[in-house]
Amino acid sequence: MLDPLVRLGRGVLDALERLGRGHLLLLAILLGLGEVLRRPRLLWEQLFNIGVLSLLIVGVSGLFVGMVLALQGYYVLSQFGAAESLGVMVAASLVRELGPVVTALLVAGRAGSALTAEIGLMKATEQLSGLEMMAVDPVRRILVPRFVGGVLSMPLLAAIFSAVGVLGGYFVGVGLLGVDEGAYWSQMQAKIDFDEDLVNGVIKSLAFGVVVTWIALFQGYDTVPTSEGVSRSTTRAVVHAALVVLGLDFVLTALMFGD
Amino acid sequence: MAKRRNVELTVGTFVALGLVALFFLAMQVSNLSLSASSEGYLVQARFANVGSLKVRAPVTMAGVRIGRVESVRFDKQTYEAVVSMRIDAAVDSIPDDTFANIFTSGLLGEQYIGLEAGGSPESLRDGDEIVNTQSALVLEQMIGQFLFKKAGESG
Repeated sequence: MLDPLVRLGRGVLDALERLGRGHLLLLAILLGLGEVLRRPRLLWEQLFNIGVLSLLIVGVSGLFVGMVLALQGYYVLSQFGAAESLGVMVAASLVRELGPVVTALLVAGRAGSALTAEIGLMKATEQLSGLEMMAVDPVRRILVPRFVGGVLSMPLLAAIFSAVGVLGGYFVGVGLLGVDEGAYWSQMQAKIDFDEDLVNGVIKSLAFGVVVTWIALFQGYDTVPTSEGVSRSTTRAVVHAALVVLGLDFVLTALMFGD
Repeated sequence: MAKRRNVELTVGTFVALGLVALFFLAMQVSNLSLSASSEGYLVQARFANVGSLKVRAPVTMAGVRIGRVESVRFDKQTYEAVVSMRIDAAVDSIPDDTFANIFTSGLLGEQYIGLEAGGSPESLRDGDEIVNTQSALVLEQMIGQFLFKKAGESG
């Protein structure tokens, strides 16, 4: 009769324990950050894996998101005779929201899952234990470069996403729909603020970079070392990262713009 | 060895691309390029009512932007709004009896300051004050006056 209560309690305790392990891992990673300076080559490799290999999907998505924003925005704005504000609308939505958030979701799917699978497999094939046997700290050697690579890649990818999106909006808005070219750029420049919009966007994507790579690394490091466990961890890494990014985005937006 | 070089090359390209994108956003999309205009000189003007005039609103003459509003503050002695505007250094021959109006671009647009040149041979210097000003037209007040007048006529 008490079984359901026991199961509930066990579930909560498991979740709390995992949360605690996650934070301890983050702490260990942060303490080991100096390792990146000692072996920068490891970081270049991870910047390649996470940043460069995500470039194509991020760029193409940014282009199409910008073009669709221009199409949809033009439909609404032209009803109020405000089609000249199309540039502001496209740039503000990209720089403030869509750039950081969509990039984080894409990176979670493209690079985060790969990180989890890689580290999970390392654990399943006992490569991590092997490193420990050789007195090499796997957190510093394996996790720290990946963490730093993810955190640094995210704002760069988000900036590329936004810039390509603004250009995509320009092609559709000015080229296809006939919005005045001068108005597209000048309204954008008049209304988008460097501190308020751009810097906040970069802060957002840095925060998303921390969260996405942290979750991916933890899920891989904490995986059940079987093929089924790795597959479940990979799924969980993407799902958790996406949910946390969207939730965190609301909190950050409320703090930054909600006055 | 060649593979390592490729990795380094593509990472370098990626980082450069990201920085270029950030730079593009900063210069082309945001107003950073405009807000850096600390040159030019400051001129003040007092208005009974500035409506919804914002900092960084344009200051125009004959419809051309020659400066921006630097600050809007309230003078508690005279109960007036003190608007200080930064005029481009190149425009250094504004007569000191120039008229400053607050206009609205379109019916619902943003408010801006329009200067109308006077005829004085003396021109405005840094820190000078424009004496001749006209307040913003507040739409509600105008409608109120209009209704009041109509009521007076019919009664």
